[in-house]
Parts: sequence; C-alpha cells; structure tokens
Amino acid sequence: MNIVVKNLTKKYGSQNAVDDISFEVKTGEILGFLGPNGAGKTTTMKAITSYLASNSGTIEIGGVSVTENPEEIKKFIGYLPENNPLYEDMPVIDYLAFVAELQDIPKSRIKSRILEMIITCGLDAEKHKKIGELSKGYRQRVGLAQALIHDPQVLILDEPTTGLDPNQIVEIRELIRNIGREKTVILSSHILAEVEATCDRIMIINKGKIVADGTPEDLRKQATGREVLKLTIEDGDRNEIYSALQQVESVEVTDFGKLNQQFEVQSRPGASSRRAVFELCKQKGWVLTELTPIETKLEDIFREVTLN
Amino acid sequence: MNKIFTIAKRELHVFFDSLMAYILLVAFLGFTGAFTWLFLTDVFLYNQASLQSFFSVAYWSFFILIPAITMRMFAEEKKSGTLELLLTKPVTDWQVVLGKFLAAITLIAIALALTLPYYITVASIGPLDHGTVWTGYFGLLLMSGVYISIGLFTSSITDNQIVSFLLALFIGVFFHWIFGIIASGLTGFLGNVFQYLSVNTHYESVARGVIDSKDIIYFASVILIGLIATEAALSKRNMVE
Repeated sequence: MNIVVKNLTKKYGSQNAVDDISFEVKTGEILGFLGPNGAGKTTTMKAITSYLASNSGTIEIGGVSVTENPEEIKKFIGYLPENNPLYEDMPVIDYLAFVAELQDIPKSRIKSRILEMIITCGLDAEKHKKIGELSKGYRQRVGLAQALIHDPQVLILDEPTTGLDPNQIVEIRELIRNIGREKTVILSSHILAEVEATCDRIMIINKGKIVADGTPEDLRKQATGREVLKLTIEDGDRNEIYSALQQVESVEVTDFGKLNQQFEVQSRPGASSRRAVFELCKQKGWVLTELTPIETKLEDIFREVTLN
Repeated sequence: MNKIFTIAKRELHVFFDSLMAYILLVAFLGFTGAFTWLFLTDVFLYNQASLQSFFSVAYWSFFILIPAITMRMFAEEKKSGTLELLLTKPVTDWQVVLGKFLAAITLIAIALALTLPYYITVASIGPLDHGTVWTGYFGLLLMSGVYISIGLFTSSITDNQIVSFLLALFIGVFFHWIFGIIASGLTGFLGNVFQYLSVNTHYESVARGVIDSKDIIYFASVILIGLIATEAALSKRNMVE
C-alpha cells in the first residue's frame, strides 16, 4: 500500500510543526525519517496514523483518505509510538491477546498469532511477566510485537531501536528489513548509522520541511559532488610527488596526509582522478600502495542540511 | 460492540489484578454492612424490617468511591501515552468511552450483588417491602451511572489522577447535595429547576418504588451528557482551528 502525503501542515498554536510537506512511500520501500529533535518527525507519523488531524493537506494510504476513513485505515497500520507506551500492569501474553482482539484477528487465529509474535520478537522467556517488570529492550520487543501482530500492510515505527543492545539492534533491523520487502515501512531515528543500515530511502526533515530526500548514495552525491581520494605513494620524494599531483589536470586541491607518504586529493567537480593518478605513478616509477575514495559521511550531510 | 467488551474486559481485569478493587470493595461492604446491622434494631421498634440505612449509606459511599474508580481510567492512559496506542488501533473514541463506562458500571453491579446477603438476612428477620428493595438497587445503579460519566469526563481532561478525583467530587457534590439545598431555599420556577437537577430527587423517587419515565429520562440524559463531554475531550486532539 502506498502512502501519499500531500501538502501536509500541522500547527501547534502559531508554530508550524509540519510545514507543507509532500512525499510518497511505495510498497516494499523502507523510508527512514531523520531530523533533529522537534523537526516534525513524530507529528508527521501521528498524522499518518490518524491520531492527529492536520491543519491542511491530505494523507492517503492505498488510495483511502486517512482523515475520512480512519477506521478503515487503522486496520492496515502497525504503529510503535515514541517512547513505546505499554500497559505496565498487564502480562505480555494478555496484552498481546488484547491487541489481537482489537485488531479483529479471528478468535481461532489469535493464539497462533501470539505465539508467532513471541517467537519472532524473542519474548518466549518473558511471556508471563508483567510488562512493567521487563527491561527496556524487552519492552521494545513487546512494542514491536503489538505493532506486527495483525500482519499490517503499513508499519510506522517511531524510534524502534532505542534502548536495545547492539545484538538486539541487529536482530530488529533484520526483522524490519524482512518485513519491508512486501510492506510499506516508515521509521524515524536520530541514529544515522541505523537509518543507513535499514532504509532504502532517507528523508531528512528540519523545522517542518523536507530538506533532503533520496537513497544514501544520492544524498552523498548531492552534498559534495566531488571525489576525494586518499593516496599513499612510495618510492619517491614527498615534495616531488606533491607537486606532480598538483599538475594533474583533474585535481583541484592536493594535501599532505597524516602519515609520511600519504596525500589527499580532491578532484574538480564531476571529474575523477583515479586513472590519472595511476598513470602518473607508472610513468614516474612510483609505487601506489593505497587509493581510497573518501565517502562523505551521512553525519556531514545531516549537519549541513539541518544547521541553517 | 465486541471492541467495547474487549476494552471493558481489560479494565476489569487490570482492576481485579490490583489491590485497588479489593480495597474499594472491602471499604464499601464494610461501611454498608456496619450501618445495616447497627440500625437493624429498628425492626423491633417498628415491627418492620428495612434496608433504609443500607441504601442511604450506599448512596453516600458510591458518591465518594466512584471517582476513585474512574480517576485513573483516562488520566493514567494519557500520562503513560497508552491512550495514543489505544486510539490508533481500529477502535473509535466512542468505543473506548463506552468500554470504560461498561467496566465501571459492572464493578458497581458486582459490589451491589455482594450486598445481596444483607437483603436476604434482613428479609429473614422481619417483613420487608421487596419491591422497594429492588427499585432501591436499581436507583443506586442509575445514580452510579451519573457519577461514572462525570468521573470519566474529569479523567479525560487531565493526566493527573488526583485532579480528576477532586474535580469529579466537586462536580458530583452539586448533583448530590448542593442543587437540593438551593432548591429548598427557592420557590417557583427556579426552585423547580434545581429540584429537577438534583440527583437526590430522582433517586428518592425511584427508591420509593415509583419508576417514572421522568426520572429515567433525567438519569439517561445526565449520563449521556457526561459521555458526550468525555468523547469530545478525547477528540479534542483532532480539533483544528
């Protein structure tokens, strides 16, 4: 089911929490929502789940309007809210049964569905404990289990991996990626590495507006557009190599690296110097022992688009 | 309809899982029981058994106990954020409100059912007007409905349970007591209005054994207004100016 958001605006008082944003998420796509605190990620997600009404704009899931048919839409959504609120005083298994009943799962299938969820989310040892007694990681799993129990077509996860240890994070990412193959997933996070590892597409929002949108590779290209190479060239004089590199036509800036024979070379926009560097070494009899393209980190992009 | 039962079932489940339910039930049964037996001596005075003292104590204890039952129903869920989780499931705001109302009224019905032994024992001591006992129970249930819907409303407008409790008592005391007092000091049209607004007027009339449509309409409309206000408070999040 595709999610289509058009011109969504949500105001809190006079402040625009979400300011006229439009985007589309397709089936089989995992969209990562990035942004500093208070950027409007959570508000957008709440609007998609029909919990909050927007001031203007439309949201359609599978062609059905969220504001006009919330009862219809809610059946298809699995939602893990921010901070993962749960009924502390209920045992895990009772809680899942409660959610299953609310989600209209047929009585005969409830038991098997709960068992499936308990296995998928690794809750077997904790299933009879009260939710309030669980550690944060297990609570998060319960939150995911309740979101997934009715096998939703659309999954909205607000910071799904907070409080998990590294092993659990890997498991949950794996789980989300598996689900994401057939479903539509939106997840928010402020951990860049996580979004990069899990999502097909990244959307950065700041002050209620979309400031970047694309695959991680797209974003990198947009942000720099220039190739930066880290080189180590041996068997030659350091200064001589430096000036020879400077002469290469496609090179804009050359820099000494941290180590003795290391250099950093930035190419002119749109050009690549890799072949030229190799040819140069061959011609001069130098030995090229390292050539590493330096990737622009997502962190840099994030800072660049959200800091102004 | 199923969703309403699911929600009510959860409420009751949680309630009986905590100490709260037992404290309230014991307090209620203790109070009413003590007064019923204490004033039972009337039997010998008038040669007529009566549950009058039981009903007047129950009348006051429900007034205080019901806000204690309803105070957490929305306030706690708002505070912990579970309300968002609940309302993003395929349920309507109305189903949630009605589910919680149903849970509270069921609890009151259970409390009343547990007082049936009083009725049976008193009836075995002397002649008893059975009709008024049943209408008395019915009146208590209707009155409880009024305070539950007030309590749900005050719980839905705050995330603080104490605020909800006190506010419910504050609103409740008007219906329970103050409207009646104002009415007794006024004559004519205004007096009649306040007389009509007082829960006591209608409760007394039902408890006397007269089930009048006028009283039923009163109880039903106050309950309905409370529930509509509760639903409005919940859907306020969706108001856009």
